Amino acid sequence: MEILSFGKTGWGDELFYAALMTIAVSVTAMLIGFFFALIFTPLKLSNNKFLNFIGNFYTTIIRGVPELLVIYLFFFGGSGAIMYVASIFGYFEYIEINAFITGSFAIGIISGAYSTEVFRGAIQSIDKGQFEAVKVLGVKKHIQFLKIIMPQMLRLAIPNLSNVWQITLKDTSLISVTGLVEIMRQSHIAAGSTRDPLLFYSVAALIYLMLTFLSMKLINKLEVKYSRGF
Amino acid sequence: MDFTIMATSFPKLLSAAVITLKLLSLSLFFGIFIGFLFAILRLNKNPLINKFAYGYSYIFRGTPLLVQIFIIYFGFGQIEYFRSTFLWIVFKEPYWCAIIAFALNTGAYTSEILRSAFQTIKPGIIEAGKSLGISNRIIFYKIQIPVAIRQSLPAYGNEIILMMKGTSLASTVTLMDITGVAKYIISTTFKPIEVFIVAGGIYLFMTFLIHNLIKYLEKKYSFN
Repeated sequence: MEILSFGKTGWGDELFYAALMTIAVSVTAMLIGFFFALIFTPLKLSNNKFLNFIGNFYTTIIRGVPELLVIYLFFFGGSGAIMYVASIFGYFEYIEINAFITGSFAIGIISGAYSTEVFRGAIQSIDKGQFEAVKVLGVKKHIQFLKIIMPQMLRLAIPNLSNVWQITLKDTSLISVTGLVEIMRQSHIAAGSTRDPLLFYSVAALIYLMLTFLSMKLINKLEVKYSRGF
Repeated sequence: MDFTIMATSFPKLLSAAVITLKLLSLSLFFGIFIGFLFAILRLNKNPLINKFAYGYSYIFRGTPLLVQIFIIYFGFGQIEYFRSTFLWIVFKEPYWCAIIAFALNTGAYTSEILRSAFQTIKPGIIEAGKSLGISNRIIFYKIQIPVAIRQSLPAYGNEIILMMKGTSLASTVTLMDITGVAKYIISTTFKPIEVFIVAGGIYLFMTFLIHNLIKYLEKKYSFN
């Protein structure tokens, strides 16, 4: 147990900070995902064929290609793309992007595709009468969305969003290939220097289990809150 | 856009697709048996057996696949028992370690899919069988299992696609599947976008095939 203690001789504190890093990446990725969903959900619901195509293109590609491949694309391609843009502005030095930003962005794009599907499904299953009623009542556009459509959509979306959160949380383990020190990377380092991979990867598995368990408890509370009156 | 790199990497990635397909089909094959076993255990009335099956699926669905592969590939080699017996023939190969991890993982998801399919079978069907005097065993094999399989087809199709994407993790334990080869080509040529398009295209094509196969099966075995 000493090997897992907090302090100079143990790996406890390192693993603890690594867990915080995993949470930070997951939350950032989830938020980036919401941002993408905000752009692509209206596209998927639009009647315009071209916009519809762009929306479907995004979700189909991302959900059909392995996460690891997307991460490699960002990891190897990210700094190249930034350097290309910088070279247009006359800056030719090597630019390295932070692993946290690359990782959150890659996972965020993946998470965004799943969130888009969830929001699309939720909006589509709101009763048509609701849309017609707000129109008839002459409610302003943004109030329509904020006060009538969104609360109903959230109630339907939260159970599925909790799945997206779980997927996102587990996907962050893949960022370890880029060298960002999150749970997997830290256990890899610890396993390498103590020659005890079984212990450290089991601890990593336990930390992930704890994170998924706790987040489920939290989301269940949210679910209860948003389904008041149903 | 460098088309020569795309053209030269295409055959390499395509031959790597064979490994991806092998990994996928073998892990699905073993996964189905594990899934059935644990789905049946989940429906058992004995709380101990029931909880055990629930715990299994909870652990495998609550942890990332990467951790599971690493525990089996790096972790199990540490146990003396695994190294000194015939098991070492299996556990020293990254190929078999990956398949074991994938099979256990997809088995957990499959057991959940099958369990919900078994639970949503209309009791009337089973009662009809009983009133016709069919034995419980035959009701289970000839009525419950076929109906459950049909009901779980759409969800299982999704699981196959998720598993296909999961096989990309085999590249982290030195296997050269599509993702492994793609990473190798990217790191030698520094042309990530081109390679991504080709490798992603192959994966998308496989997704497309699986999707249509499941759709066809659903249509073929729909109740009318």
